Amino acid sequence: MTDTTNMSAKELLGFYQEELYEEARRAKKEGKLVCWSASVAPSEFCVAMDVAMIYPETHAAGIGARKGALDVLEVADEKGYNLDTCSYARVNLGYMELLKQEALTGKTPEKLEKSPAARIPLPDFVITCNNICNTLLKWYENLAVELNIPCIIIDVPFNHTMPIPQYAKDYIAEQFKEAITQLEEICGRKFDYDKFLKVQEQTQRSVAQWNRIASLSGHKPSPLNGFDLFNYMALIVCARSKDYAEITFKKFADELEENLNKGIFAFKGNEQKRVTWEGIAVWPHLGHTFKGLKNLGDIMTGSAYPGLWNLSYTPGDMSSMAESYTRIYINTCLDNKVKVLSDVISGGKCDGVIYHQNRSCKLMSFLNVETADMLQKENHLPYVSFDGDQTDPRNFSPAQFDTRIQALDEMMKQNKEGVSNE
Amino acid sequence: MFTMGIDIGSSSSKVVILEDGVNIIAGEVIQIGTGSTGPKRVLDEALSKVGLKLEDMAKIIATGYGRSSVEEAHKQISEISCQAKGVFFLVPSAKLIIDIGGQDVKAIRLDSKGGVKQFFMNDKCAAGTGRFLDVMSRVLEVNLDEMAEYDARATEPATVSSTCTVFAESEVISQLSNGVAKENIIAGVHQSVASKACGLAYRCGVEEDIVMCGGVAKDLGVVRAISKELKKPVIVAPNPQITAALGAAIFAFEEVRGANI
Ligand code: SF4
Repeated sequence: MTDTTNMSAKELLGFYQEELYEEARRAKKEGKLVCWSASVAPSEFCVAMDVAMIYPETHAAGIGARKGALDVLEVADEKGYNLDTCSYARVNLGYMELLKQEALTGKTPEKLEKSPAARIPLPDFVITCNNICNTLLKWYENLAVELNIPCIIIDVPFNHTMPIPQYAKDYIAEQFKEAITQLEEICGRKFDYDKFLKVQEQTQRSVAQWNRIASLSGHKPSPLNGFDLFNYMALIVCARSKDYAEITFKKFADELEENLNKGIFAFKGNEQKRVTWEGIAVWPHLGHTFKGLKNLGDIMTGSAYPGLWNLSYTPGDMSSMAESYTRIYINTCLDNKVKVLSDVISGGKCDGVIYHQNRSCKLMSFLNVETADMLQKENHLPYVSFDGDQTDPRNFSPAQFDTRIQALDEMMKQNKEGVSNE
Repeated sequence: MFTMGIDIGSSSSKVVILEDGVNIIAGEVIQIGTGSTGPKRVLDEALSKVGLKLEDMAKIIATGYGRSSVEEAHKQISEISCQAKGVFFLVPSAKLIIDIGGQDVKAIRLDSKGGVKQFFMNDKCAAGTGRFLDVMSRVLEVNLDEMAEYDARATEPATVSSTCTVFAESEVISQLSNGVAKENIIAGVHQSVASKACGLAYRCGVEEDIVMCGGVAKDLGVVRAISKELKKPVIVAPNPQITAALGAAIFAFEEVRGANI
């Protein structure tokens, strides 16, 4: 076993990400079950049953970041998936198609051979949850139909009003029970409730360390750049129910605290302005978006997206767990969304907001116009929005992004210097 | 003291030379933009017109889509801030700017000191931009500078889609083959451009004075259509293509004097 004790947080992140993929590949070889899971579907059930997990959204993001999305997007196009469908779904469905061809013919398709992403095994079943969008239902149903495998669906209704009513939590807790029954059938053995409790406790420890990291961006200057959260997010998605996430996040939070004490900050030089980034990263252009802000002297200290995994609840209490999986801000009404984002902006002591009008993610984009308007009435901060996409590189224009953030930067500067009196 | 503003757009290049922050001694435009010989030619033209050299400029600021490729510039500022600066200088009562250029449509709200309060731009779509009008003028075989006259003679504006340049082009072609008068089609094209721009303007909040700039402001058919849609008068900035370059030159002057934006 590799000794991880002296690894930096960054090394741990790389190590555990690879380890998770390796575990899945090993499981497949040994005839154990592999499950593909939606990113905010409860991971606790499968981990309690020792099922190896793959998270297609994270895998797709990795393909995008390594500039391999176009090849697999073309495969999805050929299968008839419309360009307006979420590109995580299209990347994954394209990738699955290649894996399927390989399994059927014994020959590795060239696009799969060339893909820069980690190789993943095909699933034995899939699990999805509509607490972040309904695309995930049809996407996973398609996976299940294409591969002729079971699909566990956990239905988490949208919260049109807040606070979340008890009947909603009861309903979701029932959905959890149903998922457990399905899982028992798929695994051919009884659900291990003792292990489940331990996994829940582990998940809480991971989430606590994740939140510890996120809170550090409240310092001014900040030891944390929000773009780092985009990278570390891979483990809160893929390993929150394992100690991998806890170990890595604790290390990262310790490093950041140490830096803070030593006066080492995320922005080398003088941190001038702080922004909130609303929406998913533009993975194929992550470097461009990061550098664009950096060159202007701006740092990202607010993002509500990593907060989707602030899944704190009381272990052993299904209703509390149900609540944590339904209260995430994109599963709640506009008023609550605005409130969450308002806290993110003030928590990050931000001077402006950037909204990613993400062609893929309707849920995270369609409410942006209204959200931006409501927030500006409240906080008077300038904002811009840009057109983009999390994994389809064709839907983002670097020059258009640059103009918008430069103008935002100039507006923030004008505000800070009090040149404007409104 | 001389300062220079260079605005390199997607389809035109503009230079303004300013004397002491107030006198526009040169304002040149060449109708080709970034990546072409336009930027260099317009720069040379402006300098030779007033008999000055690059070294005579106390500061040079570039703006526009091609701003980062201007080697002569000491600094880049976005065209949003520059447009605001330039228009406010020319029309101090301006509260809302509608700027339509080659590939961008912008609505910019100003605060009382001419700073940018809010702005909205078109998304990744050419509908409603100068490029949209170029395409239409080609299909209709009517020069851009004649479009306003045709529009003025329209009796019943045709409906032209405002959502996609390509679809709008085929709409126009089928209207032509159905015998719809060019005058009416052009009025429809102008309305389509106006509806895009006004959508952005409404989001900014419409407040007078409303000033139009950018190359498309020279097409009075568009100006009339916008004014009709907003039900308010629209002022066309003097020399509307050079307002962003002017803004850049003013910023350059202020920076030399020590006053930052
Ligand atoms: S990016 Fe948006 S649409 Fe795509 S899976 Fe995630 S939540 Fe759903």
